[in-house]
Amino acid sequence: MSLAEEVEILRNIPMFAKIEPSKLKLLAFTSERLTFQEGQIICKQGEPGDSMYIIVSGSADVIVELPSGPLTVATFGKNNFFGEIAILCDVPRTATVKATTTLTTLRITKELFFRLVMEFPQMAVEIMREIAQRLDKTTSDLQAARNEIAQLKAEMGKEE
Amino acid sequence: MAPNIFSYILKYSKRQQIILTLMAIVSFPFLYTFYELPKQIVNNAIQGDPASFPIDILGFQLDQVTYLAVLCIAFVVLVIINQSFKYVINVYRGITGERMLRRLRYDLLSRMLRFPLPTFRKISQGEIVTMVTAEVEPLGGFVGTAISLPVFQGGTLLVILGFLLVQNWAMALAAVSLYPIQIYLIPRLQKKVNALGKERVKMVRRLSEKVGETVQGIEEVHAHDTSQFELAKISERLGAIYHVRYRIYLLKFIVKFLNNFIQQLGPFFFYSIGGYLVIKGQLEVGTLMAAIAAHKDLAAPWKELLAYYQMQADARIKYEQVVSQFQPAGLMDEELQTTEPDPLPRLQGEVNVANLLLTDDQGEALVDGASFSAEADKRIAVLGGAGSGKGELAALLARLIVPERGSISIGGIDILKAPEAITGRRMAYVGPNSYIFNTSIGDNLFYGLKHRPVKRRQYEGEEQKRYERDVFEAEASGNTPYSIHDDWIDRTPFDGRDDETTLRQAALDALNIVGLEEDVYQFGLRGTIDPDKRPDLAKAILIARKKLSEKLRDLSLEPLIERFDPDRYNNNATLAENMLFGTPRGDAILPERIAENPYVLSVLDKVGLTEELLVAGYQTAATMVELFADLPPDHEFFQQFSFISADDLPEYQALLSKISKDNLDELKDSERLMLLSLPFKLIPARHRLGVLNDELKQKVLQARRVFARDLPEDLRGAIEFFDPERYNAAANLMDNILFGKIAYGQAQAQEKVGEVVHEVIEQAGLYGAIADVGLDFQVGIAGSRLNPAQRQKLAIARAVLKKPDILILSEASAVLDLQSQARIMERILDRFRGRGVFWAVHRAKDAQFFDLSLVMKGGKVVATGPFSELKEKDPVVGELLAAE
Repeated sequence: MSLAEEVEILRNIPMFAKIEPSKLKLLAFTSERLTFQEGQIICKQGEPGDSMYIIVSGSADVIVELPSGPLTVATFGKNNFFGEIAILCDVPRTATVKATTTLTTLRITKELFFRLVMEFPQMAVEIMREIAQRLDKTTSDLQAARNEIAQLKAEMGKEE
Repeated sequence: MAPNIFSYILKYSKRQQIILTLMAIVSFPFLYTFYELPKQIVNNAIQGDPASFPIDILGFQLDQVTYLAVLCIAFVVLVIINQSFKYVINVYRGITGERMLRRLRYDLLSRMLRFPLPTFRKISQGEIVTMVTAEVEPLGGFVGTAISLPVFQGGTLLVILGFLLVQNWAMALAAVSLYPIQIYLIPRLQKKVNALGKERVKMVRRLSEKVGETVQGIEEVHAHDTSQFELAKISERLGAIYHVRYRIYLLKFIVKFLNNFIQQLGPFFFYSIGGYLVIKGQLEVGTLMAAIAAHKDLAAPWKELLAYYQMQADARIKYEQVVSQFQPAGLMDEELQTTEPDPLPRLQGEVNVANLLLTDDQGEALVDGASFSAEADKRIAVLGGAGSGKGELAALLARLIVPERGSISIGGIDILKAPEAITGRRMAYVGPNSYIFNTSIGDNLFYGLKHRPVKRRQYEGEEQKRYERDVFEAEASGNTPYSIHDDWIDRTPFDGRDDETTLRQAALDALNIVGLEEDVYQFGLRGTIDPDKRPDLAKAILIARKKLSEKLRDLSLEPLIERFDPDRYNNNATLAENMLFGTPRGDAILPERIAENPYVLSVLDKVGLTEELLVAGYQTAATMVELFADLPPDHEFFQQFSFISADDLPEYQALLSKISKDNLDELKDSERLMLLSLPFKLIPARHRLGVLNDELKQKVLQARRVFARDLPEDLRGAIEFFDPERYNAAANLMDNILFGKIAYGQAQAQEKVGEVVHEVIEQAGLYGAIADVGLDFQVGIAGSRLNPAQRQKLAIARAVLKKPDILILSEASAVLDLQSQARIMERILDRFRGRGVFWAVHRAKDAQFFDLSLVMKGGKVVATGPFSELKEKDPVVGELLAAE
């Protein structure tokens, strides 16, 4: 795959959609393309992270380690990105990501990521938008979960 | 050493001086005749009375022309004789001088090896270097003339003077009448010059000391922005040297002025007084002219004598000034370094240390009446805080420093009087900052065993002659006859076995004890070998190369590495690497400047690749300009990702704006080079520019074949081609096993391939052989290519390898991390069970692992006993433990 194709992929990702093609080309050129075999761990929950990944092809599971055992909370496919939290907030990886097929990613290191954000504010806005959307989704999920719990509690109360 | 240079010269070169003087005297009649002959030719042959011919010479009747011819031929013969004399005398003088210089330097350095260690706090490395190199250098030139020159020139002077006296005594006396003034004045002035000369020598020494210090402290200079401060210090010293020299010049040229003036006064007296006498008819003109001529003849030797006087004064000072620095108090007896007891006694039995006193420069006691006794085969820990004197006690026991009073004996041997053959072989000392020599790791390890040559190297033919000549010369200059090229490694610690395997095992074992084996193995992987010298290893590496293929296939890890295949383009290598398909040697072919190489260009032309590469270069440049044009020049991306540096980018921009893809043939040579150099750096798998298409790659493969096929004779050695079946002598062991490129974009490729390679090596049993190659790793000046921990570990290994009776360590592992410290201590104590260890430990609690503990405070041994007891009872130990 050549640079031009990678630029196409990047352009389809909302975060990068509004960035000029020449900047995307620079991003594609300076980021590393990394291939993982099926079953390989891309990042592991609790370990420090230094880069984020954009999926070019293939798919991966997002797994959260719970005291009760691992739980797959989402599946990422083409054009999804992950790993941004660890590099934005300097916290350990919040989940494990495992390739479920042969997975090709673009790896953007922390330094590269920050440099791009500093240089291209529109990218920062896009990332904010994406994260806000995720937060929104998470909040509504949380709301739904709470309602469910309340409902369950109420049901359990009735039974008692 | 001899108190002055003349006694030194007479002591060591009396014979040479006599020969030189004799040669000068023998040459004298010829020289005299040579000056005489022209007079004969003019007066007798040319202007002679024709009536006196033919004359009778040795029974031959000669007419005037023949006589002239004979005299002229005699003149030529004399020229040859005189020049031959001069040649022989000069060469002999040179040899004598050089031998004496070599002897003097050797003497000085051998004294330096016997300086008491505290001396080195007062005299710097820079000073010693200047003294031994630059300062004594002119002495060599002086030695050859020291005796013969005054004898010869004095003789000449006397002969001429005698000749004059016979002719006309009054005029002769007149000619030398002003000499007494010179003899009176010159030495007085010279004395002042000498004093200044002494000062100058000292100042130059101080300068070199300063320069040496700046070099050693270079890190601090940068870290604290003190370059201007350092320069000011240096400038101050340079200025001081300038002023002294300035004053020397003033005086020196005054001396010269006076000399010349007095010399010229002679004719003044002759013309005025002599002239007056001639006018008054009291003197004949002829006599006056003769006197003037005589005065002129005397001038040359007289000038030489005066110059000699100045030179010897200079040499005398230099000698005295240098030698005085090499006579510090407490200089070790030479015997202690030369004696070799046979058999060499072991250090066994009782260690008795009594009343040791050691003070520093200010008279503060460092060790103040320390006494103890213990068995020599015990492992002893010495505890104490800072300033307790434990480090000094360790150094005293190793006899690195000599106490002011007190005694040390081990098994009845007086350590303070024992030769270094005992202290340096039966004991081993490692201090907190050990020195590593600028050679290989292996040589550093065995350094501790190189006491004397044990086996002479065998030479043949020419080399044998050269060896004999070297030994002869060394002895002629009083140097050691030992050759550095002999085998010096003492095999006693290995029970005399002297095969390579034993040494290698011992080295690896010592490295293992200090935990340096893995590092050395890594050096080995990055080391090269000569397959002709080590065919077995080269073969084993080739097998490992094949094994790696199998392993990668079995583990389905093949995508992680793209191996070199003569028939395929390697997408993880640069275009340059793909075309050369080999490892360059030397600098005939530099991959980074490959586009300038005429042979490479001719190959490109042959396969018709030039134009396509130009297009590829154009495209690459266009992409780079597009990507990087907007970035500020100091942007890190240039460093990391661009093929074009920020400085060159505008040039490429300008080039691209005036040229298009279709008229690349209009480029100037330099512009062609700019474009052509770019695609050579492309790695398809990494850069993904899409510039290198399959067709172009095919042509590169063709170029690869043509490049190898047509390689001219003079480039044959400049590249070692990749060949799956052959060991590549120019590449390191790791690259030989990998025989390919780690693939870009494969997660954790480096680590995984590393693991597999390691497995392959382990299974093939190559670990030891590769570590052995690592022993050849060059450590750099003062071991600078190793990190501090590696250096210190190497120093400890060097001491362990020696298998001493007593191993003395003075906080030797303090720079290491705690884990390494603990491991080294455990392994050494285990290894030295039943032998002596004397360890000034860094932390008091380490003492628990030793047989016995000595507790020091204020330079005294305040308690002795097993740590388990001391820990409970001794207050000093309590304090130490509490502080940890």
